[in-house]
Amino acid sequence: MLDLTPRDGVAQRHALVINPAKTCQPVGAVYAALGVHRCMPHSHGSQGCVAFHRMYLTRHFKEPAMASTSAFTEGASVFGGGANLKTAIRNVFDLYDPDVMAIHTTCLSETIGDDLHSYLSDIEVPEGKHVIYCSTPSYVGSHIWGFASMTEGFVKQAAQKSGVATGRLALFPGFVNPGDMREYKRLMGQFGIRYTMLPDTSGVFDAPMTGTFELYPKGGTRFEDIVRLGDAAHSIALGEAASERPASQLQRDHRVSSEVMGLPIGVVATDVFVSALSRFSGEPVPYAIEEERGQVVDIMLDAQQYFKSRRVAIYGDPDTVLGIASLCLELGMVPSMMVTGSPMPTFQARASALLDGYGLADQCWAQDKADLFELHQRIIQGPVDLLVGGTHGKQIARAEDIPFVRAGFPIMDRYVHSYMPLVGYRGAMRLIELMSNALMDRQDRDCSDEDFEMVM
Amino acid sequence: MEKEVARESVLDGYAPKTYKKRREHIVTVDSPLETPQEILANVRTLPGMLTHRGCCYAGCKGVVLGPIKDACTIVHGPIGCSFYTWGTRRHKGRSEDESQQNFIPYCFSTDMQEGDIVFGGEKKLRAAISEAVELFHPKLIFICSTCPVGLIGDDINAVAEWTRTEYGIEAVAFACEGYKGVSQSAGHHIANNQLIKRIIGTGDIQPTATHSVNLLGEYNIGGDGWETERLLKRCGIEILAVLTGDGSYERIASSNNADLNLVQCHRSISYIAEMMHVQYGTDWLKVNFVGITSTIKSLREIAIYFDDPALTARVEEVIVDEMASIADEYDYYKERLTGKTAAMYVGGSRSHHYQGLLRDFGVDTVLAGYEFAHRDDYEGREIIPDIKTDADSKNIETLDVAPIDGKYRVRFTKSAYENLKEKIEGLDYYAGLMKEMDKGSVVVDDLNHYETEEFIRLLEPDIFYSGIKDKYVVQKGGTVSRQLHSYDYQGPYAGFKGAINFAHDTLMSLTTPAWKLVVPPWRHESVLEGTVGGDL
Repeated sequence: MLDLTPRDGVAQRHALVINPAKTCQPVGAVYAALGVHRCMPHSHGSQGCVAFHRMYLTRHFKEPAMASTSAFTEGASVFGGGANLKTAIRNVFDLYDPDVMAIHTTCLSETIGDDLHSYLSDIEVPEGKHVIYCSTPSYVGSHIWGFASMTEGFVKQAAQKSGVATGRLALFPGFVNPGDMREYKRLMGQFGIRYTMLPDTSGVFDAPMTGTFELYPKGGTRFEDIVRLGDAAHSIALGEAASERPASQLQRDHRVSSEVMGLPIGVVATDVFVSALSRFSGEPVPYAIEEERGQVVDIMLDAQQYFKSRRVAIYGDPDTVLGIASLCLELGMVPSMMVTGSPMPTFQARASALLDGYGLADQCWAQDKADLFELHQRIIQGPVDLLVGGTHGKQIARAEDIPFVRAGFPIMDRYVHSYMPLVGYRGAMRLIELMSNALMDRQDRDCSDEDFEMVM
Repeated sequence: MEKEVARESVLDGYAPKTYKKRREHIVTVDSPLETPQEILANVRTLPGMLTHRGCCYAGCKGVVLGPIKDACTIVHGPIGCSFYTWGTRRHKGRSEDESQQNFIPYCFSTDMQEGDIVFGGEKKLRAAISEAVELFHPKLIFICSTCPVGLIGDDINAVAEWTRTEYGIEAVAFACEGYKGVSQSAGHHIANNQLIKRIIGTGDIQPTATHSVNLLGEYNIGGDGWETERLLKRCGIEILAVLTGDGSYERIASSNNADLNLVQCHRSISYIAEMMHVQYGTDWLKVNFVGITSTIKSLREIAIYFDDPALTARVEEVIVDEMASIADEYDYYKERLTGKTAAMYVGGSRSHHYQGLLRDFGVDTVLAGYEFAHRDDYEGREIIPDIKTDADSKNIETLDVAPIDGKYRVRFTKSAYENLKEKIEGLDYYAGLMKEMDKGSVVVDDLNHYETEEFIRLLEPDIFYSGIKDKYVVQKGGTVSRQLHSYDYQGPYAGFKGAINFAHDTLMSLTTPAWKLVVPPWRHESVLEGTVGGDL
């Protein structure tokens, strides 16, 4: 596996990306749009773009991912895609009757300079229906940026301020799974908080098997709730890379105060989130949540010897990588490599801040805009005990025989993961179980007979 | 439901404009052998229909080039397109020896940024190639461009030329921008053209066996190609090159040295078969190693072509032996599958091939459609002269090729060839999908989401075979669905043993216990206990 990767150093590259740890904006935009109830995401580009995005989301969630396309041909690429967009909007509302179409651009339509704003001002949208759009050129940012672009588009174009306060919390969840979104809702529910979470893919990408296909499943943020975001009391943006932009937009447009924090992965980050919920609600942290927290800390103390000083390489989306690194540090591990393919100017500073708290800054390497080829070369030079990230790392895990835990996006080669949280105390408990199992299974596999422990 | 009624009912759901556009894409099969029926295919998809089609790039890089294991394929464009074709198609490949490179686990991209779009990306592409050469020393570099590259005018052919001069290795540019053509099909054509222009005919490998073939349009999904190869080897036939499953540069380059081209998937590779026929005199035989009956027919037609009594005898021995080895399982599955009905929507040949395999097990196909086919894939090669090329297809270059001196070999005299054609149906010919379908069955080109849901509701097939985008739609609706692009990560499905694998997986999907759990018990009967008022 990966036999061609040179083992004699870490190559300096400036032009060639090999085995990327990111993908393009539009897939993030499609994912965000599917977290709005009765919304049809629409890709303004060649039909191949959205075919890939639907394929990718479906492979991660093992669920349908519906989205339409402007189906550009060479003619449209020369003369502009206005006519295609007009036909698409007519056909989508006619045939598939969504409440809202969420249109995003592609590198194709951006390069030819298609202006969605002016096209849309000339296109009739059926009464009571809505069209939201955002710009997502694939040559800028990554899928995380695209997720933020679409969420920001909804805030910018749909949210209004009526002056009648809703008292609601606006929660921007970050690029996370439905299982995580359910966990946020459960935590907010325990404080009795009324909220609007945008987007909300629970009930969409984890819809149950009933024998009836629902083009628009029960889940997703209600459009009317998005409209009322302008009257929200406060917003919390979870994950700087994925959520900071919509929260700022809401603050700019409607003066809804906001706080940006890391994804609540691990005890410390969850404490920050839970404290914010407590402050917002004016309620003390309920015993049930404190109990969960105590359980996680209990487990961390119990299993400490299996984690202490173990070197872990973490890769994936920036907010997720920082969150997992935080939990690893709490467990006494050394996150010696932290890699994201996405550009995030503050990534290294955030990583350093985490590491400084444990005096480990000089022992670890953190890099945005990096790829898995570089991660592999660095692992060859300085081996790690555990690898954590999405599916693509399985190649490195196999090549170097490293215990491997799947967490983040995309995970195309396992089932159930998207239903289970990484966030909150419950998520921490799950990650600790996954990681300790991987490490301890390896000890069981590798040790000699006389060292084979019945009790661990 | 009566199929023509179903067709009308589905079309009636459309607004008049759309009705007019979709009407000719949907055909209810009449009496297939007597009245030829026309279907509209290979035209642009209507925007907003929820098509399952992909693009030119997917057909070129994803389908045809992706499986060539020792090519370092650099995708020139923003990151996504390269990322999406990294390990997502199950074209298995392994190195033949220590020295042969295998790039299949790798994904290469120039990851174009805004500045590259504004100022041009050629410089970055050259730098990327230099880095790849320094790191891997590949013998062959492919450059595949994605949408913005064609629009900003990066000259990838010039970069390929520069690579050849600068590094003394082969480099080929594929201008397969996603907006070209109307589906993956344009990309197949572009890939075929460049392989013919630059690769085929440049190699030195000579076949060692008496009879040698190339296997064209076999991508080794789930190991299909290896199973086919095992069968042919048993018969004493050497496979010189596979295009392109588990394929290699040197073998593809030498493929003109084989005696005969076997064509498995006609849509994605028919151009190469045709052009090799002209340039090298290599005949091509349409084979189908999916399905038991089809596999037997294909093996026998190969034997007829070579007209060697020893080979003919060996082929018959192999058929008897392979049949004996699957006999018990075959009976077991046939008994359980007979009477079921299927619908399928796949690429440009599988929707045809798998009907035969299903028929082997007594399963009828009530609906079939292709994602990126042309009319001949439905109606047979004889209609090719009647196909009108529209503006979208005219943009894809058609190469004008001629016999190559010193490499063109005459296999048969004209009369001997005509004689042979009478004996072998598949010689330079395929019959298309519709002729073998039962009267009344439905054929749909570029089936979209609306039509999928409606036809399944109306025709109620027991199982639907398609791809990842519609699989879970259909399954959530309560109909068994299986992927025929990726085989739901099982396989191989080719040949005799593959047929059993396929039947096993199909029966498994129909009978998996969870189907009985879909409806909770309290929906059938009340689980509440109580007393009726007054009943003491």
